[in-house]
Amino acid sequence: MLHALLLASTSATVPDVIVFAASAVVILMGAIGVVTSSNPVHAALSLVMTLFGVAVLFIEQEADFLAAVQIIVYAGAIVVLFLFVIMFLGVDRAEDVTTEPLVGQRPLAYVFAAITLGSLIAMGVTAHWVTGAHQVVGPIQGHVTKSLSSPAGEPAQLGKQLFTTYLFAFEATAALLVIAVVGAVVLARRPPTVHADQEEPTESELSA
Amino acid sequence: MSLSGAWYLGLAAIVFTIGAVGLLVRRNVLIMFMCIELMLNAANLTFVTFSRMLNDIGGQALVFFVLVVAAAEVVVGLGIVVTNYRRRATTMADDLDSLKG
Repeated sequence: MLHALLLASTSATVPDVIVFAASAVVILMGAIGVVTSSNPVHAALSLVMTLFGVAVLFIEQEADFLAAVQIIVYAGAIVVLFLFVIMFLGVDRAEDVTTEPLVGQRPLAYVFAAITLGSLIAMGVTAHWVTGAHQVVGPIQGHVTKSLSSPAGEPAQLGKQLFTTYLFAFEATAALLVIAVVGAVVLARRPPTVHADQEEPTESELSA
Repeated sequence: MSLSGAWYLGLAAIVFTIGAVGLLVRRNVLIMFMCIELMLNAANLTFVTFSRMLNDIGGQALVFFVLVVAAAEVVVGLGIVVTNYRRRATTMADDLDSLKG
């Protein structure tokens, strides 16, 4: 499948190739930076590089809304959360990445990586699982009615499907987010100290 | 129009593999989390690519859900890291050996 697709005559222009090559370089540099940098702050900044590259590829594939969401949620929230925790804990020091306590784990990891990559590529080359029905859920661009009353386009189509086909999953993610927030609050609050009577008054003493 | 989807799938496979290797090799819990984010991003790129190849919005909707799950996972995971750091002053996975026989 893969080589057929690679050789298939697409309407890609030279700017498309340049954009893909540049973002691929940025993505791979960032990914390798995450894995190899000894300082967690540098790793987080490399992760931002990768996320921006992926966002560019989203735009290249006409997923503009998801590119914006990718920047806002990943680079704007998740990486900032990472950086906040790194600075908050004060672990922004370089660690020793050369020592390996488990003997033979790194070679095994590389073997595993080779197997993973090889099987992914082999699956892409040999398998024919992209021959299913097209447009099971709906087209990307919506109907070609560009009037104001019925907007066409990717965000409109995405929103329509989110609130119809995927309504249950959407509500489930809402519940998941609430559970995550409550869990984070419970985890992050300090446990009641054992020697509370010596240091600060407990709740029962305050209310008494 | 953009390049053939196979290029994107190959790139996503490489990024996924790099993330998996980082998860196996690194010892810092924070960096292991970042490697999980790398793998999730590779999956997102695959979803968007298939979405374009099949002209089906379902792939992009799934990316939306992956984003939400990633955010929830990071919030809870970092909460655990902070709680653990209070007790043991470390973010290294190797130092969490209380259950060692």
